[in-house]
Amino acid sequence: MSKSAYSDYVLEEPGESIYIREVYGKTLVDLGKSYSDIVVLDADLTVSTKTNLFGKEYPERFFTMGVSEQDMMATAAGFALAGKRPFASTFAIFATGRAWEHVRQSIAFPKLNVKIVATHAGVTVGEDGATHQALEDICLMRVLPNMRVIVPADAIETEQVIRTITDNDGPVYVRLARAKFPTIYNSKYKFELGKASILRHGSDVGIFAAGIMVSEALQAAKLLEEQGIDASVVNLSTIKPIDVETIVSVAEKTKAVITAEDHNIIGGLGGAVSEVLSEHCPTRLKRIGMKDRFGTSGNGMKLLEYFGLKANNIAEAAIEMLNSK
Amino acid sequence: MMELTTDIEALKDRARNIRIDLLKALNNCKSGHTGGSLSSVDILTVIYFSVMRYDPANPSWQDRDRFIMSKGHGAPALYATLALAGYFPREELNNLRKPASILQGHPEYDVSIGIEATTGSLGHGLSASNGIALAGKLDKKDYRVYALLSDGELQEGATWEAITTSSYRKLDNLCAIVDRNRFQNDGAMDKIKDISPVADKFVAFGWEVEELEDGHDIQSLINAFDRAKSTKGKPFAIIANTIKGKGVSIFENKGHYHGVAPSDEELKIALKELGEAA
Ligand SMILES: Cc1ncc(C[n+]2csc(CCOP(=O)(O)OP(=O)(O)O)c2C)c(N)n1
Repeated sequence: MSKSAYSDYVLEEPGESIYIREVYGKTLVDLGKSYSDIVVLDADLTVSTKTNLFGKEYPERFFTMGVSEQDMMATAAGFALAGKRPFASTFAIFATGRAWEHVRQSIAFPKLNVKIVATHAGVTVGEDGATHQALEDICLMRVLPNMRVIVPADAIETEQVIRTITDNDGPVYVRLARAKFPTIYNSKYKFELGKASILRHGSDVGIFAAGIMVSEALQAAKLLEEQGIDASVVNLSTIKPIDVETIVSVAEKTKAVITAEDHNIIGGLGGAVSEVLSEHCPTRLKRIGMKDRFGTSGNGMKLLEYFGLKANNIAEAAIEMLNSK
Repeated sequence: MMELTTDIEALKDRARNIRIDLLKALNNCKSGHTGGSLSSVDILTVIYFSVMRYDPANPSWQDRDRFIMSKGHGAPALYATLALAGYFPREELNNLRKPASILQGHPEYDVSIGIEATTGSLGHGLSASNGIALAGKLDKKDYRVYALLSDGELQEGATWEAITTSSYRKLDNLCAIVDRNRFQNDGAMDKIKDISPVADKFVAFGWEVEELEDGHDIQSLINAFDRAKSTKGKPFAIIANTIKGKGVSIFENKGHYHGVAPSDEELKIALKELGEAA
């Protein structure tokens, strides 16, 4: 191959593994300098979500709400009503689950400028177990009118996402995780809200992924390459508003589509891609993800294996799809 | 049928063993909530070995008293207690927080091992307890329901909805215990979001209340549970002033021991203090 199959903003080998929630905390600290209207709220998980970094720097604009997620969301709405730029953080399960109706009525419906940045989504939460592993959050937020849903794939993208949403009025949900994420982008990458990024261009199979699964999808493409199969890999970090154009163009160029997410296959990224393709370009696809089940305790990264969420699972699914044509 | 005792020394020894077992289990899986498990041990000991009517050999016995660990992150303390009560072998504690283990990071409903409700998301347990207590009244059963809440959990609005239900429904078959250790995840509660005065709030919400100055004192706990049993027409709350990390000096009242397991070195110190050869 003379021209690389990879886009020029992609690292061909995975880079350093980084806690993207730490990137969130540090970016907030930096933004706090130029945006005096940023206020940050957290529900007794400041050390885990890394909002404590902002709290140290700007104690007067940092609000510890205690274990009161519903109260936190509606209070954030109040800050937005008064012209502030609130960020509200806690674990994904509590932000989207416990507080769902407060988010719906107080934030999404009135289209208020609240940034919900939740951490500890998905099975990589690990040992805390099923009660703490949000596998439904993308679904719960995506279904709300006015709400945008973003799932960053690495440290580089996380920082850009946080900066982008700061300048972008209206409600948004950002899904971060507990685990370290391998870096996949170089400094050429430019995140655009609502735009999927094609990481690798191939003609046999199209793999759509988000979050931690993007690096797994890139590894899957390598495994497939060894078998002579040419995969497209797409980071669908903005799950809403979804990038119909890119999804359709990749589906049209390839013979099969795979979706990969650390979330229930119902209602999440797989669901969203299925909706787009069914309407615009009927395509058979296979969804890799949590198969309508709850998680379990265990080492976070090993749970990806336990639940079949690894590169080899994606590659096997692709081969199966291509063979069954 | 579990044989109960009011022998203080025997109960103290069980509490000591529960602390040892839970610390070993936490160290083994290298994650979990140390401080809030230790603060609950004496309360659990008295409930399981001096107060509740139940039979580990017949876990789904209809007339059993029920215990709900509303502060689900204290699971290690509950699991060590259930093992000591004979619901499952103590060796099972080695599987704490392992995939598909019966001992998950937070308690998952499984009556066969004495877990009466799934908890871990704070603010659910008292409502579930109300439901069980209401069903008991409906079925004219005389079983009692015990719910252990954390003080951090009192910051959840849902908890106060449940507190209102308990008293409005006159659930005198219900006893809630608040593990008042004054710490939450982010540190001392009066620096995060103070909830005091706790006892006055329960009284205002129509509960009978007893506040224990020392929530680790076995005799005071036994007396309070006795009073709870004989109280009619109202739910009963025991506000147990406790020490987060109780029983191990290096963990006591240290905020950052909320969500971390003891290291090998810390375990050694802890076992020594608890009088167990490592
Ligand atoms: C609804 C909900 N929000 C957040 C958490 C995360 N969390 C686990 S324990 C805890 C607070 C711990 O303080 P407290 O409840 O007082 O427990 P204790 O000090 O007795 O350990 C928090 C916020 C949770 N488990 N559930």
